[in-house]
This record gives sequence, C-alpha cells and structure tokens, in this order.
Amino acid sequence: MAIFINSDTKVLVQGITGRDGSFHTREMMAYGTRVVGGVTPGKGSQTFEGPKGTNVPIFNGMDEAVSETGANTSVIYVPPRFAAGAILEAAEAGVKLIVAITEGVPVLDMARAHAFARDRGVRVLGPNCPGLISPGKSKVGILPGQIVAEGPIGVVSRSGTLTYEAIFQLTTAGLGQTTCVGIGGDPLIGTNFIDCLKAFEADSETTAVVMIGEIGGTDEQEAAVYVKESMSKPVVGFIAGQTAPPGRRMGHAGAIISGSSGTAKEKIRVFNENGISVAERTADIVGLLQSRLA
Amino acid sequence: MDIHEYQAKERFRSVGIPVPPGRVVSTPEEAEVAAEEYGGTVVIKAQVHSGGRGKAGGVKLAEHPKEARDYASEILGMDINGLPVDKVLITPAEDIDTEAYVGVLLDRKAQAATFMVSAEGGIDIEEVARTNPSAIRKLSVDPRYGMLPHQAYWLASFLYKDPNLVDQARKIIAQLYDAFVSSGAKLAEINPLITTPAGEMKAIDAKMSIDDSELFRRPDIAEMRDTSSEPPSETKAREAGLSYVKLDGEVGCCVNGAGLAMATMDLVKYYRGKPANFLDIGGSSNPDKVVAALEIITSDPNVKVILFNIFGGITRCDDVANGIIEAIEKIDIELPIVIRLTGTNEDRALEILEDAGLSAYTSMDEVVKKAVELAGTA
Repeated sequence: MAIFINSDTKVLVQGITGRDGSFHTREMMAYGTRVVGGVTPGKGSQTFEGPKGTNVPIFNGMDEAVSETGANTSVIYVPPRFAAGAILEAAEAGVKLIVAITEGVPVLDMARAHAFARDRGVRVLGPNCPGLISPGKSKVGILPGQIVAEGPIGVVSRSGTLTYEAIFQLTTAGLGQTTCVGIGGDPLIGTNFIDCLKAFEADSETTAVVMIGEIGGTDEQEAAVYVKESMSKPVVGFIAGQTAPPGRRMGHAGAIISGSSGTAKEKIRVFNENGISVAERTADIVGLLQSRLA
Repeated sequence: MDIHEYQAKERFRSVGIPVPPGRVVSTPEEAEVAAEEYGGTVVIKAQVHSGGRGKAGGVKLAEHPKEARDYASEILGMDINGLPVDKVLITPAEDIDTEAYVGVLLDRKAQAATFMVSAEGGIDIEEVARTNPSAIRKLSVDPRYGMLPHQAYWLASFLYKDPNLVDQARKIIAQLYDAFVSSGAKLAEINPLITTPAGEMKAIDAKMSIDDSELFRRPDIAEMRDTSSEPPSETKAREAGLSYVKLDGEVGCCVNGAGLAMATMDLVKYYRGKPANFLDIGGSSNPDKVVAALEIITSDPNVKVILFNIFGGITRCDDVANGIIEAIEKIDIELPIVIRLTGTNEDRALEILEDAGLSAYTSMDEVVKKAVELAGTA
C-alpha cells in the first residue's frame, strides 16, 4: 500500500513541452510512473517522446486529455502566472489529485484555486512542492527516484532538498518508505500535515512517520495535537529554522516568523508536548525512528 | 515586500479611502516649506520599514514650520531599529475623537483574506488577539465572492453605534478590501482609523505588505521597493535570482534548497558557531549562480569560512562539483572553503573536488563541524 498515488495512478503533465516539464516527464516515465499524456495549449496532436521510444500524446486542453486518457492525476509545471489557471482547468476536467510543482504563484490566485478545487472534491498538493513518490510504484513531481526504497516509513515535509536528505539517510539505514510527500513551502497549500498523517495512519503498510516542518504558520502545531489525539503510529519530527530571524522570509514564501507565532522553538515545544520525538539534527532522525520502532 | 506608509496611503487614496494630505521630503528645508503650506500643526513621520516608530522618536508633532524643520532634521539620519531614515512624511495633524483598528491579512488557516477590526485603535492587534480576543471581530472573505455588503456592515457595526459612522466605516472596509486585492497584498492595515469631533472618518496611518509573487504583474508596485532599507548584498542577491538573508555570524553558508539551508544554519549553531547568512542557490549546477553566491558571501567582512552543503538529487553531484570549481576559478577567494556533497554520483564528485585540491565531505555533520572549527568561533 501507499498513500495518494500507486501503480494505478494515471498522470497527465500540464506544461509537458516546457524545459522542466519535459525533463521531469522523462524522469517520471523512467521511474515507471504511468504518464498517459500531457497538455500544452497549441501543441495538441503532437507527440511527446519519452525514454526508450515510449511516446505519449499531447493535448490542447485538460478536458480533452482526461476524456481521451482516463487520467486521475495531473502534475503542473507551468509558469507562475498560468499555474492557478492550470489548477482550475484540471479540477474542472475531473482529475482527483493535482500536484502543483510551480514556485511563485500569487497567493491570492491560490486562495481562489484552493476553494474551487475543494468545491469539486479534488486534492491539491502544493504549490511550490517537490511532489510525491511511492517507491517502486509511482512518482509524481521532481523527487529523485534513486534515493528512495520500498519499506514501511511514511515521510511528509514542507521542504525539498531537506526531505531528500532525510529520505537518503532512511534508505541508507535500510528504512524504506511507503510514500514520501512534499506538501510545499507556500503559505496556502492544498494538502497539509494532518491530511498526510491521517492517510499514513490509515495505510496498513506504514508503521511510523517522519514529519519535517519549518518556521512559519501553525500547521505543525495543529498536526502535533492530531498525533496525540488520533494516531497510534510513532512520529519523529524535525523543525528547520531555529536560527531564522523574525520577519524575514527564508526562501520559501511560507517560511516567515510573523509576530511571535511560527517560531521553531514553539513548534519543537508543541512536538515534545504531544509525543512526537524531535530530532535535533537530521542525523538523529534514523536513531529516533529505530528506538520508537523497537 | 513591505511598502512605506506614504506609498500605502497612495494605494488607499486610489480606491477612495479618506486619507489626510501628505508630502514626502528628504531635507529639513523641504519639511519647513511643506509645513508652511499646510499651516497649523503638522506631524513629521519617519518613513522606515519598522514598527515602533513613535517609541523610537520617529514621529513628532510640530506647531510651527520652524519646529517642523528642526524635528525633520532630527529624524532624518536617525536609525530606527538599525534602519536609516532618509525620508519623512509631513501631514496636517488631526483632531481625534475616537481611534479604531481595521486590518486585513492573508490567513493561512482560513486560506483567505481575513479582516480583523477593533474599537481599540493604535494598538498591537496581535497583543489584543492574545489578551482580549472579545475586543476583536474577525471575518474571512470567501475568495469566490469577494467582500459582500452585509459583511462590511457587520464589521463596521462592531466599531460604531452612530449610523453615520457605521456608514462611513462600511465603505472604508470595502475599499480596503479593494486596495488589498488590487495591490496583491498579504497585509493591509489602517491603524488608527480615526473620527474627528466633526464626525469625519480618516485613515491617519497605513501599512501594507505585498506578496512577492505578485510583483511580476504589478510593475508600478514593484517600483516602490526601497533598497536603501536593506543591505546591498541582499539587493544584489535578489537581482541574481538568489534567496539570501544576511545575518551576523562567521560561517558563510551556500546551500541548495531553502529547507536544507535553514537546517544547515541550525547545525552551525548546534556546533556553537554562528551562521553569516541564509542562502539558497536553487536546484541548478549553473556556475554563474555559484559565482554570484560566492561574491555575495565574500562581500560580508565577518565571513571567515565558506561552507557548501549540496544535496544532489535530480541535479547530479558531479555537475555541481564542476560548477563549484569553475566558479572558484573565476573569482579570487582567500577564505577556506569546505564542501559537502551527497546524493547522485557523489563518488565521482568527491574525486573531482579532491583533484582540484578542495576538501570534500559526504556527512553534513562533519562538514559543519569543520567549518565552525575553521571559523574559530567554537
């Protein structure tokens, strides 16, 4: 088992002919993801060449693409100014999961897009996220396939490379993963920590979860309360940004301490209070996980 | 991106919010002329991206033009929370009957623009929210419909009983939402919104923060950026497309990815060193970006060692290693450099770096320990 995506996931790539879109489409196909087509307005009826002669059709719009291919998932690589529009189009076309990789989407655009998707029962992951991977089954997004391994650990994180760092240490220590999810570094994201924790709790193959948060907002604090009240599986946590000054944006649009809320210290305190084992360094994650699983 | 009070007031005026007249000046002489033209008592207000201007002495009341000149001379050149003041706003003083707070911000949990209003004006709204939440009325605006008339009325009637004032306030609240949306803001605040003894309502202070992701489609607002309030290295980093925040430590950090960059800074502190900066060079192995990053880091005189922490995922470590070597050859660096590379093709990358005479590591802890040791601050 895995959460959100598995070997049946049928993916359409929005922005398949762009630089990032075409590169990562080939990476996804090489990993074994069932990419069934792509969308670039004006390039419909062309063909996208995947690795080893595997070609997929390109469509002008999502409506046609979904009805022709039966896709249930879309991944978005289009530029920021068109990204929210791409989400609306995908939600209306009837996919059930939209993975928005694009960074720098105006937040007010996202407020509308999230509401629109919610109304249609569509899950949005991101934006400004690396996507997700269920090792051995499917990857949707930009996570590197070579650092993961199949196994029982669920990983959820707001970050990209920091997540890879943690996954790599897990894999090196022989702790494979059910699914690794990057929920994104923006202030308004479609799928939050609690959504992922719920899915991992319900997933029969996941035995423990690694949760990687950072400064800004209160999503981690709310998730910690959920862990205490509703989770039977152990959770190990890490929070980045203890040295971040208040009021400054640390790369991610959502990584900013506003006023007195959203500090790393506060999040670590709430983690500890709610039974999440907190790793002081990323190097401590594996050890904590092993002791919680022993 | 924060904009100044006078810039926020321009945005407010453009949607019809009543704002007293004002003029921005940068010399005491201009301040005197402005005060003369307005006549009567004027307020001189430091234009600086910092709260607590009043407490720091950056806001003064002047009864005569001569006094305006003296105060302006005092405030200009002042440092408020480390930021130099090079502009002041001159505005006529208002007779104040009541003060209220009206603000709207992007609320992460509600995923919507959310209003907060309070009849206690001129206050720290966060503080009131904590200590006396019943003094605040809160409303999230559904992004599908925008601000609806009855919602503006509901907020306004929390502030005033007099129907004439409620009517003025509901208009201002709806206009503030317009200003918020049309500016691509993440925060817009009137604090305080005053009433005069004659029953007029005016926004006498204004604060606005713009979503950086909106600037590409709002060139008029992007132009409002005041680079005098940030270190030149941050201006340069932004122009080079790098995400950089200057701090005051000795270990210059160059990392791919924002989360890993923060975790690296934290690890420097864990080993009792002090990070000199946050810097995310992004996902590419492009040597030009590494050159720009190194120039920015080495322009900080506090930096004693340069620490690279790179996780090669899709970007292969050997490409990154070649990029670093090319960049180091392009600029002259006397500081010690330590590099950690892990991920795809790391063995090949380590060989490349060692052949070039650079110390390379695969463990994040070891490289950070080494960097702190070389900085000599442990």
